[in-house]
Amino acid sequence: MSDAPTPAIHDLGGASRYRCSPVERDEAPPDEFGKRVDAIRQILAQKGFMTVDELRRGIESIPEEEYFALTYYERWLTSISNLMVEKGIIPAEELR
Amino acid sequence: MSAPARPESLALLDKFVAALATRGLVTEQEIADRQASTDRASPEIGARMVARAWLDEGYRRLLLANGAAAAEQMGVSMAGAPPLGVLEDRPGLHHLVVCTLCSCYPRAVLGYPPHWYKSFEYRARAVREPRAVLAEWGTTLPPATQIRVVDSTADYRWMVLPMRPPGTEGWSEDQLTAIVTRDALVGVALPRLPVAAAAE
Repeated sequence: MSDAPTPAIHDLGGASRYRCSPVERDEAPPDEFGKRVDAIRQILAQKGFMTVDELRRGIESIPEEEYFALTYYERWLTSISNLMVEKGIIPAEELR
Repeated sequence: MSAPARPESLALLDKFVAALATRGLVTEQEIADRQASTDRASPEIGARMVARAWLDEGYRRLLLANGAAAAEQMGVSMAGAPPLGVLEDRPGLHHLVVCTLCSCYPRAVLGYPPHWYKSFEYRARAVREPRAVLAEWGTTLPPATQIRVVDSTADYRWMVLPMRPPGTEGWSEDQLTAIVTRDALVGVALPRLPVAAAAE
């Protein structure tokens, strides 16, 4: 075995844990929750409040257990809401 | 993957929108407008780009050299979108697109990525056993065909220009557009003739 560092949680390319799992062919479009989160993310980016790289950093720093438990757009919401708090745009208390 | 959001996430979203709205940063109207424009992007745009490239050599060259410019020619705004690269299949070479890190996808020309594209299984396996993944879509390539798996990233998005299937000589752009599915643009499937046309 090489002494390469363990990949970060989001770095799934080639991850052996999924080797024998078929791809679930889910064709449903995003639900209302997903579309809403998606739209808000785009608006915040367009207005210069955040970048795609910040979105990624927010997603990629979600602790492993939570990363795998949350749905796709829940991970996005976690990232963008944390970002807005971190930047002082929204006080954390209003999201509790 | 497409499980509904948990109640606490729905509540968080409501609080988040309220906090943004109170400060005049995002309005309900803006959200509705943005959602509507996002809903309008569909794989038919990418399919038409492929069909046009099959018919028009000048457009094919533009598509391969500058996918974003080729998309703009179809009336798609690429403002703010990352560059679009187009991977041309040829005999003996097939392309498959994945985003191993998350879900990067040329949304302006393909719409929302499907759930499976964002799934842990697809992201993990596409680079490791692409033939096994393709088989799940019923796609079998000759053993000698090389498969190039390309990782879409936050900075560069990819789509596939598949080979035009035999039996489509003389077809119009609309007819050709109809056989280019989203799956063919990602590379998990090949453009396929409808059974009736294939039998002619």
